Amino acid sequence: MQFVSLSPLDLALAAVLIVVLAALSWAARFAVERELLIAGARTVVQLSLIGLVLKAVFAHVHLLWISLMAAAMVLVAGREAMMRQERRFQGWWGYGLGTLSMFVSSFALTVLALLTVIRTHPWYQPQYAIPLLGMILGNTMTGISLALDRLTQTAWDQRRMLEQRLMLGETAMEAVARIRRHAGRSGMIPVINAMAAAGVVSLPGMMTGQILAGAPPMEAVKYQILIMFLISAGTGFGALVAVWLGSRRLFDQRERLRLDRLSAPKHR
Amino acid sequence: MLELLELQTPLFGPVSLTLTRGECVGIAGPSGAGKSSLLRAIADLDPHAGTARLDGRDMTSFTPAQWRRRVQLLPADPEWWLARVGDHFPRRLVEAARRLQLPDGVWDWPPERLSSGERQRLALLRALAREPDVLLLDEPTANLDADNVAGAETLIRESREARQVCVIWVSHDRGQLTRVADRRFILRGGRLVAETEQACSSSR
Repeated sequence: MQFVSLSPLDLALAAVLIVVLAALSWAARFAVERELLIAGARTVVQLSLIGLVLKAVFAHVHLLWISLMAAAMVLVAGREAMMRQERRFQGWWGYGLGTLSMFVSSFALTVLALLTVIRTHPWYQPQYAIPLLGMILGNTMTGISLALDRLTQTAWDQRRMLEQRLMLGETAMEAVARIRRHAGRSGMIPVINAMAAAGVVSLPGMMTGQILAGAPPMEAVKYQILIMFLISAGTGFGALVAVWLGSRRLFDQRERLRLDRLSAPKHR
Repeated sequence: MLELLELQTPLFGPVSLTLTRGECVGIAGPSGAGKSSLLRAIADLDPHAGTARLDGRDMTSFTPAQWRRRVQLLPADPEWWLARVGDHFPRRLVEAARRLQLPDGVWDWPPERLSSGERQRLALLRALAREPDVLLLDEPTANLDADNVAGAETLIRESREARQVCVIWVSHDRGQLTRVADRRFILRGGRLVAETEQACSSSR
């Protein structure tokens, strides 16, 4: 495969663009120049570090190291999914719910894809396993946090309606059914839109990267289709599990609406 | 028959009380005394200590949905969420609706069209349509004019006589409780205090 290797000077030229943008932001009083420069610096540092870690992991193909890295990725993604919710479950549930849903769907799908579709040797070949898991996790995280955020926020907004339905003798699951459907749907809409727009409105980032790195377009396309399906399935399964567990956690064993299990939203 | 046994939440209690079939107990008390919380706990909508029994059966031996169907709580501000008023009813109580001066076409109205008084009268019918054994009424006539207050009181009395429904009636209107209730209590400091004749006369 042929590709143009980037020198530090090439990257410095691109960095100049960010500095120019920061200067314009300062001149136009957008007041985001500080955040912009910090974010730019974080991109360089974080990606370089992950590059070093990947280099090390690729050099020592060992299930333990790969499992450790994968576990760290899921734990960070779980935290991020929790932080994105306005009203989250209090205590361990707030963290555990998203992380568990993500673990179930992302891990299962990554392992499935490695064993049955890509069939590398060994199956945990990090060059495939880590990027695959990363991409599925990133999207699943968005889907799960959207679905849970919608579930808890709507339950809060419609708490009087939920309790009225309980008073009239509906079961908790009957009362919350409509809210569950909406929450599940809002978690899945982004991936459905992404699949529908793929290649027409936008060239997906992974495919673009592969083509830039010298891969033949049709090979890149095949991988992109695989990734899209895995991402959609991961997001969908993750959102289903999260909404299923979350809607149960909204009620106790006597089917009382327990919004005291949600934290108050932070004022922004 | 409804029994409350040491029912208690952080907001009231412990409260113990036994109602015979068809009996109506009136509960008054200052706002914030926990009257609505007491009704919510009886309907098993809030976590609580103690328990309630219906015909000798503990609430936990019913499913929550069964319990709440038989022990209907009519909240002070009822909610309507389906497209038409009639969709909220297992069956339409047309005759009772006429007696509460509700328009004949009200069943096909969207709930947004209802006035607060119409909401309250329809919510009473909605609870009665489920044929409960116990009615827990939280200020059931607060938004009604005098004619409709009398109509609602009559309708509830007829349910007690015809179907032996037990009623716990929460109201700030002592005069109304004197009319409708067999026994009257005041919820004060979280406890039920029997309203004596003396307390009655001094409050007038």
